[in-house]
Amino acid sequence: MKTLQVSVVTPDGPVFDADAEMVSTKAKSGDLGVLPGHIPMVAPLEIGSVRLKKDGKTEFIAVSGGLLEVRPDKVTILAQSAERAEDIDLARAKAAAARAEKRLQDSADHVDARRAELSLRRAINRISLAERK
Amino acid sequence: MASLRDIKTRINSTKKTSQITKAMEMVSAAKWNRAVQNTHSFQPYMDKIQEVAASVAAGSKGVSHPMLVSRPVKKTGYIVITSDRGLAGAYNSSVLRHVLQTIQSRHKSQDEYAIIAIGRVGRDFFVKRGVKVALEIVGLSDQPSFAEIKDITSPSVGMFSDGTFDELYMYYNHYVSAIQQDVTERKLLPLTDISPSGKMVSYEFEPSAEDILEVLLPQYAESLIFGAILDGKASEHAARMSAMKSATDNAKELINSLSLQYNRARQAAITQEITEIVGGVAALE
Repeated sequence: MKTLQVSVVTPDGPVFDADAEMVSTKAKSGDLGVLPGHIPMVAPLEIGSVRLKKDGKTEFIAVSGGLLEVRPDKVTILAQSAERAEDIDLARAKAAAARAEKRLQDSADHVDARRAELSLRRAINRISLAERK
Repeated sequence: MASLRDIKTRINSTKKTSQITKAMEMVSAAKWNRAVQNTHSFQPYMDKIQEVAASVAAGSKGVSHPMLVSRPVKKTGYIVITSDRGLAGAYNSSVLRHVLQTIQSRHKSQDEYAIIAIGRVGRDFFVKRGVKVALEIVGLSDQPSFAEIKDITSPSVGMFSDGTFDELYMYYNHYVSAIQQDVTERKLLPLTDISPSGKMVSYEFEPSAEDILEVLLPQYAESLIFGAILDGKASEHAARMSAMKSATDNAKELINSLSLQYNRARQAAITQEITEIVGGVAALE
């Protein structure tokens, strides 16, 4: 079966670099699946998970937004942070969620509330991925 | 001439200092190694985002974004990257001197600019001179992660978007090699120098080029700042390493010349004693 080369890169270094048969993720405009031979495309991503299918197995990576760049034989995900499901520190993610929740309740400020909400969403995303496996 | 004991004390204290500087040199060498590794692991991300940004900016004619457009400059922001601690040779002073000279030659009034200070030395320097510091971040770790510096990159880029600044410049030490670091000025925003490099791909945009730019450009600008910080950290540790190396070398030289002095003084004392004894015996005969 044809495969795509997938790499997930973050400012702190590459997170994932291998081949996969299919990449599916959630873009701003909706769910998106990429198979080999896709036309070149760029799409912004939501906070969510990236699913990589290979040999009947599925690997999950949590991403905090970013961009998806597709070429016929290569997919690159540029995210400010990304973690493979097995690398997620559940305790830390839960602590981050609790902290964000508290900030969300306390903050009257508009900007703070928005930032807290974003970090809460990132934390929930990580928790749900870590608990799935 | 200093007494034997004085010289001995000086030798001892110099020895202790050289032990400290030697230890600091080795610590910096380890940190420098890691910092250089960090810049290497950051590079693929930067290359990729630059490639995509260039393709999108070039491939979407007629689409504009506030971050790509130069506007009349009323206020300029200067991001200055320094270290938190000293003992790094000319690392901090060369950046600060360069920034101060640039500001003095470019601006007439204090209202035309503000500083975004990264690092304690830079912050203190500008606060002491009464320059307005709009944002500051101190106590960055030696191996900063992207999450750690998000607190300064997002507001910095935000200040350009909301019109607080019409231009943003970055000043930092660019890491060339272990013994060379160059003060670098880089115009961060507006992004005028996204140039297509090598092969270009024409992309489909999902949903549209504007939406992509909306996400891509802030991320790109923040990455540039992060890259500069990593670069600065590598330079800082390299600078501290060579500063400490030359301090250790100087201490060794000093110990050598002091030992020579000490031995001479000791010999002089012995000679004098003998002369006195001989003199005493001669007087008795």
